[in-house]
Amino acid sequence: MPQEKINFDYSVPNTLLIKISGDWVISSELPSVNEIEKALSGRAGITQLSFDLSGLTKWDSGFVSFILQIIRYSQNKNIHVSRGGLPQGVEKFLKLALKANETEPMPPQAARLTFLAMVGDKAIKIREGVLSLLDFLGEIAFAFWRFFRGKAYFCRDDFVYIVQRCGVDALPLVSLISMLVGIILAFVGVIQLELFGAQIFIADIVGIAMVRVMGAVMTGILLSGRTGASFAAELGIMQTNEEVDALRTLGVNPVEYLVMPRVLALIIMMPLLTIYADLMGIIGGFAVSTGFLGINPVEYLNHTKDAVTLNNLWIGITHGLVFGIIISVAGCLRGIRCGRSAAGVGEATTSAVVSAITGIVIATAIITFICQVLRV
Amino acid sequence: MAQIPGPIIEVRDLKLAYDNYVVMRGLNFKIFKGNIFIVMGGSGCGKSTLLKALIGLNAPQKGKVLYNGADFWAADDAGQEAIMRRFGILYQGGALWSSLTLGENVALPLQLYSGLSAGQIREVAALKLSLVGLGGYEELYPSEISGGMRKRAGLARAIALDPDIIFFDEPSAGLDPVNARALDDLILELRDTLGATIVVVTHELASIFAIGDNSIFLDAETKTMIAEGNPKELLANSDNPKVIQFLTRGEKQGAGK
Repeated sequence: MPQEKINFDYSVPNTLLIKISGDWVISSELPSVNEIEKALSGRAGITQLSFDLSGLTKWDSGFVSFILQIIRYSQNKNIHVSRGGLPQGVEKFLKLALKANETEPMPPQAARLTFLAMVGDKAIKIREGVLSLLDFLGEIAFAFWRFFRGKAYFCRDDFVYIVQRCGVDALPLVSLISMLVGIILAFVGVIQLELFGAQIFIADIVGIAMVRVMGAVMTGILLSGRTGASFAAELGIMQTNEEVDALRTLGVNPVEYLVMPRVLALIIMMPLLTIYADLMGIIGGFAVSTGFLGINPVEYLNHTKDAVTLNNLWIGITHGLVFGIIISVAGCLRGIRCGRSAAGVGEATTSAVVSAITGIVIATAIITFICQVLRV
Repeated sequence: MAQIPGPIIEVRDLKLAYDNYVVMRGLNFKIFKGNIFIVMGGSGCGKSTLLKALIGLNAPQKGKVLYNGADFWAADDAGQEAIMRRFGILYQGGALWSSLTLGENVALPLQLYSGLSAGQIREVAALKLSLVGLGGYEELYPSEISGGMRKRAGLARAIALDPDIIFFDEPSAGLDPVNARALDDLILELRDTLGATIVVVTHELASIFAIGDNSIFLDAETKTMIAEGNPKELLANSDNPKVIQFLTRGEKQGAGK
């Protein structure tokens, strides 16, 4: 293969003859148009460009693109390009590429916004988001009202299946995570308590922390990722497939048929899973304390029993219930308001998880504060 | 069925828009009983938006859609539901509910609105499925069948309640020519056997000429309908270059005749 792909010939006055040789294919290295620009600016008074392609062995769109760039560049500089020597195929390509898109006008592009306009836009979007959330909550409340009057229409098999998926199927993961949290609490607590010779109070720390808040929070975060995301993706794809439209045109309220069973499933399952997680956490703490830290098992259990009051349990269950509502509403809202594209479903899933976890943390803070004020 | 004089669907001065973006305006047309009415136009011209306004999914910004003289968008929820109950709609991808089997999909409208027992519903669902050539597929899930079959199952669901009006959104989209033709034949047969009025949104020329009794042509540029009539007559008589270009796949650019 010849080394030099371009040679310049200035022998004819006012004309640049570009000699092109070798393989001009996309897979090989191609010279840049800058070289032509350099060659043109190197000599003044050139008004004509022509090509000598006798050495050209192979070409594809890499070559066409190169020629096209030369033509565009020369047009700006008022230099005439003679396309006489070009292969027929190249000429056809060029004609297609140079043809203006006259048949279809460009779609109007969104105008670039100024900074202030963007801030305003964001504010309006936030307002719309809040309104749409309130709207959705209202629809869910109405669906529940109809449900309790026995008027709601939804598929009971679906409901049972949802309960199974978000409850029973989550058990292994919830067990693992809450047991580990119990173990971590025990290990972290013992470092401090050892200083005072009060290791036995690990039982109190693990018991109260798990039951009051940690069991619910860990379960909530797990279910945001597991169940919230799957609600959003499911409903999002149903929206994209027009399945939601098909329900609406049949006179079935999608909130009643699709959203309400999901919210109900989590309202039932989250508190139950929370209690289960509490138990698993206590077992984790028990195992570490009796196995590694030399605490008497009976004493540990007695301490736990004394420390964990019923109040703590109710607070934990309240957390679970609130989290269940947050996760299911976030997942269903994002899903049912999902844009009709594959990217839309992805965004819906992401924002379902993010808003659920954010909501859980905020709700925890609020509930903790309320408990502090009420001194429970 | 009693013969009702006048159009079964009438659209008056309809304006379709998303917020400030106008899709179509000034739409006026009538659809008569037993007709196959085609809504045609290039991609992205607003055909589907019009369909959504007809089937009650998106409210138009202005104008009326009358069903047997009753204003759909002015009616209350119960009134709208009563009108919608006489629709059957075949969505573009079939829009079968993926968590239900084909049999359950067809059975759901019957559970909602018929007085039949569970066993009878199963029988009717099986009958509707066999009408579209899917007899014996009741237990399969939508994910287990091909796109063409999904579309036919969607049609079985659309005709579950023997609707007066059946809407088709791009029936031939995604089908091979043989299956598209078979679906066209099915549409004709449904019209003849059920006496249904059929509204088809499509840009498939073969279908347009094979089944269309009447049609309107939507133009994206002027944002309104620029022709109406029997597609074959439009091809023969229209003097609108855009319509001719569309109906001849761009082979004839000139001004008609």
